[in-house]
Amino acid sequence: MPVIHTPLKRTPLYDTHAAAGAKLVDFGGWEMPLNYGSQIEEHHAVRRDAGMFDVSHMRPVDLEGADTRPFLRALIANNVDKLTQPGKALYTCMLNESGGVIDDLIVYFMREDWFRVVVNASTADKDIAWMRQVAAERRFNIRITPRADLAIIAVQGPNARAKLWQARPSTRDATEKLSAFFAAEVGDLFVARTGYTGEDGFEIILPSQNAAQFWSELKAVGVAEAGLGARDTLRLEAGMNLYGNDMDEVVSPLDAGLAWTVDLKAPRKFIGRDALERDGARRALVGLKLLDRGVLRSHQKVVTAAGAGEVTSGTFSPTLQTSIAMARVPREVKVGDAVQVDVRGKLLNAQVVKMPFVRNGKALI
Amino acid sequence: MQFPEQLKYTPTHEWVKQGDDGLIWVGITDAAQDMLGDLVFVGDVKVGQTLKAGETAGVVESVKAASDIYAPVDGEVVAFNDALEAEPQKLNSGPYDAWIFKMKTAAPIDGLLNAEAYRANVDSSK
Repeated sequence: MPVIHTPLKRTPLYDTHAAAGAKLVDFGGWEMPLNYGSQIEEHHAVRRDAGMFDVSHMRPVDLEGADTRPFLRALIANNVDKLTQPGKALYTCMLNESGGVIDDLIVYFMREDWFRVVVNASTADKDIAWMRQVAAERRFNIRITPRADLAIIAVQGPNARAKLWQARPSTRDATEKLSAFFAAEVGDLFVARTGYTGEDGFEIILPSQNAAQFWSELKAVGVAEAGLGARDTLRLEAGMNLYGNDMDEVVSPLDAGLAWTVDLKAPRKFIGRDALERDGARRALVGLKLLDRGVLRSHQKVVTAAGAGEVTSGTFSPTLQTSIAMARVPREVKVGDAVQVDVRGKLLNAQVVKMPFVRNGKALI
Repeated sequence: MQFPEQLKYTPTHEWVKQGDDGLIWVGITDAAQDMLGDLVFVGDVKVGQTLKAGETAGVVESVKAASDIYAPVDGEVVAFNDALEAEPQKLNSGPYDAWIFKMKTAAPIDGLLNAEAYRANVDSSK
């Protein structure tokens, strides 16, 4: 079979990363910074001070028109009617008819005729095609506009907000009173108090042509550049799922620790609901802490008293200085249980722990 | 990137030298630590086992990935530098300052790559 080399896509900050000496790697078809030197130092910078990530490979999609809310009632597993205040955000899965996860995403309610969703990079094209199909088949009158003209920069850490205000004093008034999971527009910045690290901070969506200037202003006030390597260890410590690892199209949110994002109370016919109600929860997604020396990695087999499981995400935790993981296991497995993980042919001892592992700079296990 | 002249190398990114204790010392190269990133685990070294060249002698793991380390020649693994268990990051800061394991062997190491050949090997894989 011929090997077809597709050129890697680059974000508007590519030249900035290259000039900073970043190690650039193929990340789902995008040439992205893995680290700028030490992944562990970047991780600690976010836990202890402030760091920033270029996540412009993720895709904002604007949904506009009077039918947008009814469309989202059908499209997503969480209940869009929880969004009553402008600016409020909702984390949700978008399911297929079998109850599998097409993607996980955040929906921002800006106006009754304008919602913005942000989807994962690797699934963006598939997601948009699905949204268009659902809108067409069910005759929702909405406009779906992928915003490839926008960049996204996440500024995260205990000092992240203060450093944004130091770099851009004009943003302070509009963003200081933002509660967690709210967004506001400030000039050409869309500032959301959301993140993927377990720390306070903002995710900021802005015009691509302004991204490099904004990045350099944040760097000048001491925000550390952080790569996708640190982003992964931070999100895992924070107990946050990664699409493609911890859930995918053949895994239900109920089997991926995401039951809290599925609203079955409201009598709403969303796509995938019938399958979820038919199948229920079949597996549990739990946290593991390795007690022996070694590193847990995805796809390693887990041995429990109730049967076999599998690590879905694993890494070395820079905060806890030991290896941690998420694993899909039989539902009977409970916090505190002793389990074993097959690490390179050796059965190592691990303990089932409550997630998150770390939140706001503090170890919770 | 450093490629000390006095060392020998393997295509799998181990450095090798004839120690003054009569044993062969083996570590990982600067290029290896750079590719792996922050190291967090060194271990599973097969002390006491007789290996063929190219067989797995142990493992190094970074935050990112696990990577086997291989016996550069036929011989017996006789020592593991267990000080690295507590400080695997020493392999990042000084890859040529810390050996990972030692082998007792009658095999010559002259046939391994010299610095120039190893550097060419690293450059061509970029």
